[in-house]
This record gives sequence, C-alpha cells and structure tokens, in this order.
Amino acid sequence: MSIVALRDAVVLLGRFPALSGVDLEVDAAEVVLLQGPNGAGKSTLLRFCAGLLRPHSGSAVVLGHDLRESRPAVRRSVGLLGHDTALYDDLTVTENLQFLARASRIEIEAVGSALNRLGVSARLHDVVVGQLSAGQRRRVALAGVALRRPELWLLDEPHAGLDQGGRDLVDGLVADAAADGATVLVASHELDRTLELATRRVTVVGGTITTDVVDAASVTDPPVQSKQES
Amino acid sequence: MFADIWLVTNKDLRIEWRSRVTLSQVAPFALTVLVLFGFALDANPEVLTAATSGLFWLTVLFVAVVAVQRSTAIETADGARRALLLAGIEPSSVFVGKALAIAVQILGVEVLMVGGVLLFYDATVESLPLLLATCAVATLAIAASGTLLGALVAGVRARETVLPILLLPLLAPVLIAASRAFDDALGVLAVDGWAWLGLLAGFGIVNALLGMLAYGPLLEET
Repeated sequence: MSIVALRDAVVLLGRFPALSGVDLEVDAAEVVLLQGPNGAGKSTLLRFCAGLLRPHSGSAVVLGHDLRESRPAVRRSVGLLGHDTALYDDLTVTENLQFLARASRIEIEAVGSALNRLGVSARLHDVVVGQLSAGQRRRVALAGVALRRPELWLLDEPHAGLDQGGRDLVDGLVADAAADGATVLVASHELDRTLELATRRVTVVGGTITTDVVDAASVTDPPVQSKQES
Repeated sequence: MFADIWLVTNKDLRIEWRSRVTLSQVAPFALTVLVLFGFALDANPEVLTAATSGLFWLTVLFVAVVAVQRSTAIETADGARRALLLAGIEPSSVFVGKALAIAVQILGVEVLMVGGVLLFYDATVESLPLLLATCAVATLAIAASGTLLGALVAGVRARETVLPILLLPLLAPVLIAASRAFDDALGVLAVDGWAWLGLLAGFGIVNALLGMLAYGPLLEET
C-alpha cells in the first residue's frame, strides 16, 4: 500500500493554486527529497500530506485515508516540522513536549529520551522556549516530531538554523526513521546533505512535479520504481 | 474529552501565569477604568449608584477583549495552532478548554472589581448568591462568545482591531442581562435578577454549543 498517493491533486490557497495537478506515489520506508525553487509548492505539498489542507480537485490518499473525508485521522499519524516551530514561547521545553505527549496519547516518559535524541541538554529542559536560540528551538521542535514516532515524517528545511552537530543529528534521525519503516518527505535546499539520505528525488516547480528520480546508488534494497523523468 | 479540556485549560493558564498579562496589566487596567468612571460620575452619587452595575459589566467586557486577544495570540504565534491540529485533540475540547481558561482569568479580575465597586462606589450587596451566580454565568457566556470570535478572526490581519468591533456588540445581551441581575443583587433596582440570570444562561448555552460545533472548521488552515 502506498503511504502517499496523489493523483492530479490541486490545492488552493485562497484563489491561488499552490499545487496544480500533483501526481505522487510514495511507498513505505522511502526517503523522498523534495527540491525546487522558492515558492514552488514544496511546503504546501508537505502541509497537504499532513492533512492540514483540503484538496480542491483530484484524489489524495495519505496513510490509507482520503484527504477529502478523514484529514484528522491523517494528522494523528504524521509528524510535521514546518518553517515555524509550533511551540509555546511561555512554556518550558519540557512543558511543551509534555503537552504534545499528553495530547497525542504518548507516555510522558518518552519526552526525556526524545530531547536527548536531539541533543537538547538537561540544563535547557526547564528553560522557557522564548529564551532559546533559533537552533535550540529547532531541535526542540524536531524532538516533538520524533516523540510522536510518526508513520510519515514531513520535514521542511530540517537543517535550517542548526549547527554541524544538529545537522548530523537530523540526518541520523531521518536514517533511523526510515530504518524503522517510516516514510520521510524532506523539503530541502541543502542537497549535499539530503541527497545522501534520500532514496528518491522529486522536483517541484510551479505547483507541479516536474521530475521524479529514484537514486539507486543510495538505496540498499532494489527500488520499486524505475528511473523516470518527464 | 475531560482530560483534553483540562490539558488545554491548564496549558493556557500556565502560559498566563508565566507571562502575567492578566495579573500585571489587565487587573490594574480594570481597576483604573472603575476609578475613572467613579471620578467622572462622582459629582452626582445617585447617578454613580444607578450606573454601578453597567459600569462594572462594561469594564468586564473591556477585560474580556484583552483576555480573548491574548488567548487567540497564544495559538497564532509560531504556528502553535498547527500543533493542536496535529495532536488530534477534538476541536470541541480545545474550545471548552480555552473558554474555561479565559473564564478563570476574567473571574479573577471580577473578584478584584467587586472589591473596587464596594470600596470606591460605596455599593452594598443585598443578595450574595445572585451576585456570585451572575458573575459565574455571565463570565462563562462571555468566555464562550469570545473564544468563538477569537478563532473566527485568528486569520485576519488586523484581528486586534476587528475583535472588539465584533465582540462588543455580540456581548450587548450579556451587558444588559448581567447589569439588570447585578442591579437586583446590589439592591439598586427592584427587578427580578434571577430571571435576567436565566436569559444570561440561555445566551451562554447557545454560544457554547455554537462554539463547540464551529470551532473545528475555524481551526482549519486555509
């Protein structure tokens, strides 16, 4: 079963067609790099796959749920890291993640290990998020995604604002997620890093997918798709 | 559902406790408005006495606007609303949770304001149960209406100015009913305060039900 199955999907932001006829099929454990110029629709595609946007036309099924009818069910099973961190400035690092854990019905004990996984030091756990640096906030937001152990990871520029150590942690996180059977869609301009992780490269331009390439060299198992370019 | 409601209420109150906006800004603002109303009408004590209930609840509406704006801002800052959507909490639980947090803050300010009215306006309480019930019911009605409108204007660019324009007229029935009930509780007018309280409760229930139904679509991103 495909994790993401989009057929001629159109998404409107107001009246603007942010996605104008997207065809995309992603299988389990794939790591897909979304590349393309600014404003191409990469972030919108990630939000769409997260069940945050409604399809205007076409068909869209994510994790077996039709995005026309059951977007809340999709949301519960995905992890989205957007440009913003979706954290509360006046709550501490721990409080933010505990809120997320309780809301997502996850054991509170998982919070500590998620923060450790992202290298958020213990001295920061009781600091309010508003006092953190941009990179530290990004790490906490990533810990929030990791905490949920989603079936589908949707990462929008995950390396942005991170130091070398943080970038390595992100790469490790993505590799581990894929090894555990999760599917990852990463929108990134940092091709040197992301290409090493990706099993597939999708180019988005003007709200549509222009190329879709499976990089055989970076996958351990034979890819399902053959190389296709359009 | 109750666990989610408590989760959201607790989160909003914790944020308020950290930022202390209500404590350090809204409460002094409310007391200042009461005092200024007192200065304006002090020349005629009879007018001040007759206007006490209206002035009290008008000030509460100003407090409500600030509390609702703050509650809305919590979710719009840095994409936090998206986290609520992805967490899978039922929107109706989010609505009730946020409305309760607003209600607690407004009630806290009302306690100070009742003290202020008794002190500055020389008012006397003739029916404490009616006074307490009016505060509770009117505050819940205000919080429910405010939370609903807050979500409605969350995506509007000039929401800080749009919110009062929409919220204050919507709360006019609360202002009227709560003022009449308070008139009875303070012995200012010989009206049936409990009947006005029933009207308040009806208004609050309608807005709460409307909010629970509409909050989901209003939370959605566009």
